[in-house]
Amino acid sequence: MEASTTGTNNSVVDPNDLLVIDDVKKHFPITRGIIFQKQIGSVKAVDGVSFSVKKGETLGIVGESGCGKSTLARCIIKLLETTGGQINFDGRDITKLSRSTMRPIRREMTMIFQDPYASLNPRKRVGAIVGEPLEVHNLGSASEIKTRVQELLEVVGLNPEHYNRFPHEFSGGQRQRIGVARALAVNPKLIVCDEPVSALDVSVQAQILNLLKDLQDDFGLTYIFIAHDLNVVRHISDRVLVMYLGKVVEIATRDVLYKEPKHPYTGALLSAVPIANPELGRKREPIVLEGDVPSPVNPPSACNFHPRCPRFVEGHCDVEEPPLYSFGNGHVAACHYALERWPMDASEIRRASASRAPEPEPEQPLPA
Amino acid sequence: MALLEVKDLRTSFHTEDGIVGAVDGVSFSVEKGQTLGIVGESGSGKSVTCLTIMGLNAKRNTTSSGEAIWKGKNLLTTKPRELREIRGNDISMIFQDPMTSLNPVHTIGKQLIEAVQLHRDVSNRVARARSLELLKAVGIPYAERRIDDYPHQFSGGMRQRVMIAMALINDPDLPIADEPTTALDVTTQAQILTLMKRLQEEFGSAIIIITHDLGVVAETADDVLVMYGARVVEHASVEELFNRPQHPYTWGLIGSLPRLDIDVERLIQIPGQPPSLLRPPRGCRFHPRCSYVMEVCKTTVPELLPTQREPDHLQACHLDEETKDREAAKLLESMMAEAG
Repeated sequence: MEASTTGTNNSVVDPNDLLVIDDVKKHFPITRGIIFQKQIGSVKAVDGVSFSVKKGETLGIVGESGCGKSTLARCIIKLLETTGGQINFDGRDITKLSRSTMRPIRREMTMIFQDPYASLNPRKRVGAIVGEPLEVHNLGSASEIKTRVQELLEVVGLNPEHYNRFPHEFSGGQRQRIGVARALAVNPKLIVCDEPVSALDVSVQAQILNLLKDLQDDFGLTYIFIAHDLNVVRHISDRVLVMYLGKVVEIATRDVLYKEPKHPYTGALLSAVPIANPELGRKREPIVLEGDVPSPVNPPSACNFHPRCPRFVEGHCDVEEPPLYSFGNGHVAACHYALERWPMDASEIRRASASRAPEPEPEQPLPA
Repeated sequence: MALLEVKDLRTSFHTEDGIVGAVDGVSFSVEKGQTLGIVGESGSGKSVTCLTIMGLNAKRNTTSSGEAIWKGKNLLTTKPRELREIRGNDISMIFQDPMTSLNPVHTIGKQLIEAVQLHRDVSNRVARARSLELLKAVGIPYAERRIDDYPHQFSGGMRQRVMIAMALINDPDLPIADEPTTALDVTTQAQILTLMKRLQEEFGSAIIIITHDLGVVAETADDVLVMYGARVVEHASVEELFNRPQHPYTWGLIGSLPRLDIDVERLIQIPGQPPSLLRPPRGCRFHPRCSYVMEVCKTTVPELLPTQREPDHLQACHLDEETKDREAAKLLESMMAEAG
């Protein structure tokens, strides 16, 4: 069985990979003092995240609020400077590029934001909002841009005649369509979607999810889809990455992650999702995690999930940080005591850890 | 006798743009020990229904009519003083947003003690002991220490627990939870829902839970009210609603939900947007978005009537029952087929 590896192997560049993230860190400094600012600590929002995204696939990123998913998204498209690590986009290291050298690359990666109410300028007309990326990148004359914008509005299911309307004249779902049209305007390769449906009603949410899927089929887009709703992520993703407190805890293809999660945190998340089926739902016994997500200013030692983990083993989990153990087929999970099977109930998940506790060997990962 | 009986409740807001009919003829009843779920999208009138029962709408621009009978008294016509005695004592409310529903300048202890002393003539010490008891019941660790903390020192999930503690502190017969878990992460949501179930078993109270999440309803409610455009479109037991839904809107809701237990390539989408209550569509309010629309739907409001098979299953749709049974079965079957 493969031994423990940390993250993606960056020495081999797979030509199918559109984006390769290697050990990316983003620490926000905490300072004290007004004139002489002294750094007294840092918020480790993203702390050593590695993964890759293949062309044409959708990578879902899930985690609770405050786990660093949105910061990671902003780092990927370089809205934030990273503290460490490397971002390779389409075979090029873009980590250290200056604003001007970065600009042409920005055409290839765009973003759809969470809040359709706050992410559109209320004083601009829809035509100007959707056309702005085209203007910035000098992609055509005014009339060409107008034609393109109308085309885009049509693609996302809006009436092209609404070109001259203001954002407030649209409903939440329609505004999110405007956001999608804007992200599509420059024919990007990668779209980072940061909670694109969490502000929408269920019936409208389905419209946007279907739209995103159709656009992917039509234009061969690659998505990074960030959400806290596990149902939504499962619906849209090919592979799923689970984050906890700035770190990757598990990556697997969608079906594997939802059917055979290896990390107890993933298990707890899955067991916590209510099922819209009265018979099934009531039988479900969620693995209730105690407490809240700890502060990223002062994260717990070693495995930072250990204070809440049902299979916590003292003297191991809080001392030695688990690497991303491999379970075959790209399924990795950062846990010394990975789940043997799934589903498990709250007592089973605990029992298993106790029986295996006496062996402190790190080479615990099970054969896949 | 029902604990709370609501009959033909109507609430409208007078705004600059005109009259918004936020609740339009809603009737239901809640029995002791029962959990009623109210589902619907934003703007369907689910929160306003409960605010009206509690008498919490702004007086200035609101008119309400109908009845909400609580222990023989119509809450809509009760004097404000009497209503204050019922509110927080017999009926309490857990608000949606724990971030803004607590007073930031007082410690949570002070706010809890206030809730006790408003309704009971007890000393500070007794009230504090009661507050502490409730904080422990809702699972706040180190409650003795945390009782003197301010709301900003608590996380979202912890604040929601404080809200629940406050709503339950006077042993209400009917707590109303307005989207109690919407602002929370799944793991915290599981904690809160487990807690609410446990507390209901312990205190034997009825609960009204307002939510847009069908998953939450499926797991907590006994009876479900589906609201659309300020009206009730379907009212049934939770098993009936999920196994034999009778309204095209409910089908849409069930079909549009991505879920863990079922694989679908494409979600069923309800076209269009929820209606504006300023100028609601004539006839059935769902007709502009309904794929089964008939001529009659555009002109006549469908009444909320029992189905032939199950007299407790109420639905408001002009389609004949045979068609509805067939379509509902088709929907569920297609979802199951894809689940494999």
